[in-house]
Amino acid sequence: MSADKERLDRAIIAIRVAKELPAGSCVNLGIGIPTLVSMFVDDESVVFYHSESGVLNCGPLAEEGSEDIDLINAGGQFLQPVPGMAYFSSVDAFAMIRGGHVDVTVLGAHQVSATGDLANWMLPERGVGNIGGAMDLAAGADKVIVAMEHNDRNGNPKVVQECDFPLTGRGCVSLIVTDVAVMEPTPDGMVLREAAPGWTPEEVQGVTGARLIIPDSVAEYEV
Amino acid sequence: MAFSKLYDSAAAAVADIPNGATVLLGGVSGANAPTALVSALADRNVRDLTCVCDSTYYGAEALHRLVAAGCVSRIISPAPFGSGKDDMVHELWRSGDLTVEVVPWGTLAERMRSAGAGIGGVFLPVGIGTRFAEGKEIRVVNGVECMFEPPLRGDFALIRAARADGVGNLVYVGAQRGWNSAVVSAARVAVAEVDQVVEPGSIDPELVITPGIFVNRIVRANSAPIG
Repeated sequence: MSADKERLDRAIIAIRVAKELPAGSCVNLGIGIPTLVSMFVDDESVVFYHSESGVLNCGPLAEEGSEDIDLINAGGQFLQPVPGMAYFSSVDAFAMIRGGHVDVTVLGAHQVSATGDLANWMLPERGVGNIGGAMDLAAGADKVIVAMEHNDRNGNPKVVQECDFPLTGRGCVSLIVTDVAVMEPTPDGMVLREAAPGWTPEEVQGVTGARLIIPDSVAEYEV
Repeated sequence: MAFSKLYDSAAAAVADIPNGATVLLGGVSGANAPTALVSALADRNVRDLTCVCDSTYYGAEALHRLVAAGCVSRIISPAPFGSGKDDMVHELWRSGDLTVEVVPWGTLAERMRSAGAGIGGVFLPVGIGTRFAEGKEIRVVNGVECMFEPPLRGDFALIRAARADGVGNLVYVGAQRGWNSAVVSAARVAVAEVDQVVEPGSIDPELVITPGIFVNRIVRANSAPIG
């Protein structure tokens, strides 16, 4: 049963995503696994972090004991100050997002469809949800990467053929990194790019809702 | 200078906010919210307020204080709900005692900017193809589908800043600037709660962040915890 196979932990997902951030790019990290990504970007690869709270070039999360109440991200978490930092109005923060100045955003998701539709703001069973800045980022960022667990708490696939949860954006996701695989939504469907160590493409398909397009060679998850 | 926008107390600065007013609240988390002004407003037992805010989710004690006091009938926010099962906003929404309108964060910012700048709304590409676009006017601009978003004006804005002079010029510290400076221009009356009040001339004009024309009243922050 592939559902019982060992999966990668959240830090490994974050490490894999960090490899996708080009040096010198401007990056906005969402809440959850995406926030962890900043811990794994190596010092050589200078990345500029952007936050909707009105901060650019902020550092990764602050260590305990050095928190500054005036330096927070969109989730209210404390950030480290770094040289070259800038503060601005939230109006400007979203001008940067919609205006195409943010290169990459990394977001969590409830569901992603085969063609890259994103649903990450509302669980239908709850009837309501928080959208935050996710819809702006889905519409405005040059590249949307989703970092998430492959299946939800009940084992349901989060990579699906069509989303049935309310959408955040259509066709906006360009890469999905999970604890099982790396996948690329395309107009033709979901392409499996990498599988976690010990997983065959067929086993990945077994825990995935979307029909996977499996190329001749599927690389091992690269960390 | 005899002229000053400084009020003696938070209570005096919010004394004329009537029932049914639309109040724009600054602050992204409880940390940089106008807590003294909000406390003073909750103490007045006003009713039927529409509160426009960033979130109630991330430690926004200020808004929770108003909601708990029964002052609020409507919230417009990108992130109004808490995560726990016992979230007060969620409970009140479910029982029908609170109307909640969820709006993408940047769209909310732009709607208020429009109001403050006298613009008749904006066309935004955010939310196309989602339920947020339902019932809205859609127009294709330079090949991109956009939806119309009207201006959102407040009767009052309550914000937090670090420093003010008597004519209302403001300086913020850190991320305090983000949401506070975004809402300040969109209300008929803007009230700023600040840590420090200085003489006009003490703030370098080159470094003023919010010009005093947008600010009607100033009060000194009350550092006492909200309760």
